[in-house]
Amino acid sequence: MKTLAVRLRDARLGTTLLLVLLVLIWSIPTIGLLITSFRSKDSANASGWWEAIINPFGQEWTLDAFEVVVTRDNMFGSFINTLVVAVPSTVLPLMIAAFAAYAFTFMEFKGREYYFAAIVALMVVPLQAALIPVIRALRAIKEATGISLIGDFPGAWLVHSAFALPLAIYILRNYMMTLPMPLIEAARIDGASWFQIFWRLVIPMSVPALASFAIFQFLWVWNDYLIAFIFVDSKPVLTYRLLRLLGQYGDGWQNVAAASFISLIVPLILFFSLQRYFVRGLTAGSVK
Amino acid sequence: MITDVLFGATSIVVGIAVSYAVYWILDRLVGLTSDRVQKRIRAFAYLLPAAVLLIAVLFVPLIQTFVFSFMNSNGRKWVGFENYVDLFTDEGFLGILLNNFLWIAFVPAATVGFGLLIASLTNQVGPTREKVFKSLIFMPMSISFISAATIWSFIYVNVPPGRPEIGLLNALVIAFGGEPQPWMLVSEFRLNSFLLMIIIVWLQTGFAMVLISAAIKAVPEETLEAARVDGASRLQVFWRIVLPQIWGSVMAVFVTVIIMVMKIFDIVLAMTGGAFETSVLGFQFYQEYFLNSEVGKASAIVVVLTLLIVPLMWLQIRTVRHQEALR
Repeated sequence: MKTLAVRLRDARLGTTLLLVLLVLIWSIPTIGLLITSFRSKDSANASGWWEAIINPFGQEWTLDAFEVVVTRDNMFGSFINTLVVAVPSTVLPLMIAAFAAYAFTFMEFKGREYYFAAIVALMVVPLQAALIPVIRALRAIKEATGISLIGDFPGAWLVHSAFALPLAIYILRNYMMTLPMPLIEAARIDGASWFQIFWRLVIPMSVPALASFAIFQFLWVWNDYLIAFIFVDSKPVLTYRLLRLLGQYGDGWQNVAAASFISLIVPLILFFSLQRYFVRGLTAGSVK
Repeated sequence: MITDVLFGATSIVVGIAVSYAVYWILDRLVGLTSDRVQKRIRAFAYLLPAAVLLIAVLFVPLIQTFVFSFMNSNGRKWVGFENYVDLFTDEGFLGILLNNFLWIAFVPAATVGFGLLIASLTNQVGPTREKVFKSLIFMPMSISFISAATIWSFIYVNVPPGRPEIGLLNALVIAFGGEPQPWMLVSEFRLNSFLLMIIIVWLQTGFAMVLISAAIKAVPEETLEAARVDGASRLQVFWRIVLPQIWGSVMAVFVTVIIMVMKIFDIVLAMTGGAFETSVLGFQFYQEYFLNSEVGKASAIVVVLTLLIVPLMWLQIRTVRHQEALR
């Protein structure tokens, strides 16, 4: 039987206490935001949010700020816009990259290694380096044909997809290399077409890599400001709206907090429900 | 509201359906040819959409940006190296480079330092506590830079004199007998820039922690046991046994954070709008193109940024590959 002293040592109280302190420091900023979003304008201006913890009954607690940002600033509309930007901007590059990775992994063709090396090389390009010509080209297309790829969703899908491709192809090919080749050959011999093998075998077997990348890409797009600001200015997304609100903090910090909270809901749900894929995806995507 | 949702749902379905149809049609077209031709062209059919996007949206624009950097403000007339000469003789721009340098000097080291500390501490407290602590530290990684800016505004905010203090930093300063400051305006010693850097350290430490923690767990138990048998203290085990074995991962994280920091943009935009000497390359590009309509200058800035990033990215991809080869 363990003595009390041994148990105490195994409990690592000192280390735990230090960690609790660090975690508390790390959480303070977010806690401040959450608390402020439920305060009234008068309370938010009259005292710091930490005083609301010390004296919770001397406060007005209200959902007013949420009502204001949803009705006046149309945060709900922005929420939908963000979703409409983010879902195709995740699914499209995944599909395009999966097909490319499939060809690179399982098909023989001339120059395969060189094409793949070229894609890896494109991973080093920062997004800003291609932005100006793309904007000009899309504007020129709009003037010449009237098709407005810029200022609306498809422009953002196009740009997000293209910029996600090098990394997505790289990650998916690396994953597909680990899939059992004999299984695919057996399916070929049984008369399955390449198209069928892709959808029925390779995609289901690649789910872990697809999920990790999907989560990384979805969050990247959800949290993006620059591309949304340039390419979907007619349909403001959450980050865009939030930045405008931050500029008008005069009419109350509680509004900024509530809006920020709304933009955080989806990332936080994803984070707590899919933590394993989430961590893997973000670490794999870190080269972006 | 309903129309927003319907329109959104339709856009998503149509967008995805069209893309699927492209592949289906490509596959059918290939299927029309003879077996021998199919064998040769099918791979290219599957690569075609990716290739078109990469060439049209990434590769060609990259070349064009390079060309634009030698042109005037509307991208119509050649000006030779004028943009570059202007940049590197402009004191403002040199200040921006200094800021970027400070960001690189501070953020990666601090991020990796905290990540290392938390990873090695959480490694000692058992799985349940480890999981809870790690989640809470990693959580900010899911937050956008703009949201992070709003969150930290509640800490850095400064109220006009006479109003109740609602900024945490100023409240702390007052509690210790100091004077409240408009923090974002204080450019002495680039203090405002350092306050922005703290936000990024807060955001990125979780990332460093996760990677370093995985590396620590991969350290073979025998090496630790041998050191303990020889009477090494916990600190000695960490410095002499663990750290050398995880050094590769630590460096990989370090380089990753440098790359991230070089491209920093949103946080500066949201917190200071680049004023009060807080601008950085990523922000200055935005400023020159979107606010000053200086195509040539903006392109030159991006070329400088790209040239600084490319060697780091190379290094990064090579380390990542190297680590994959080891696995």
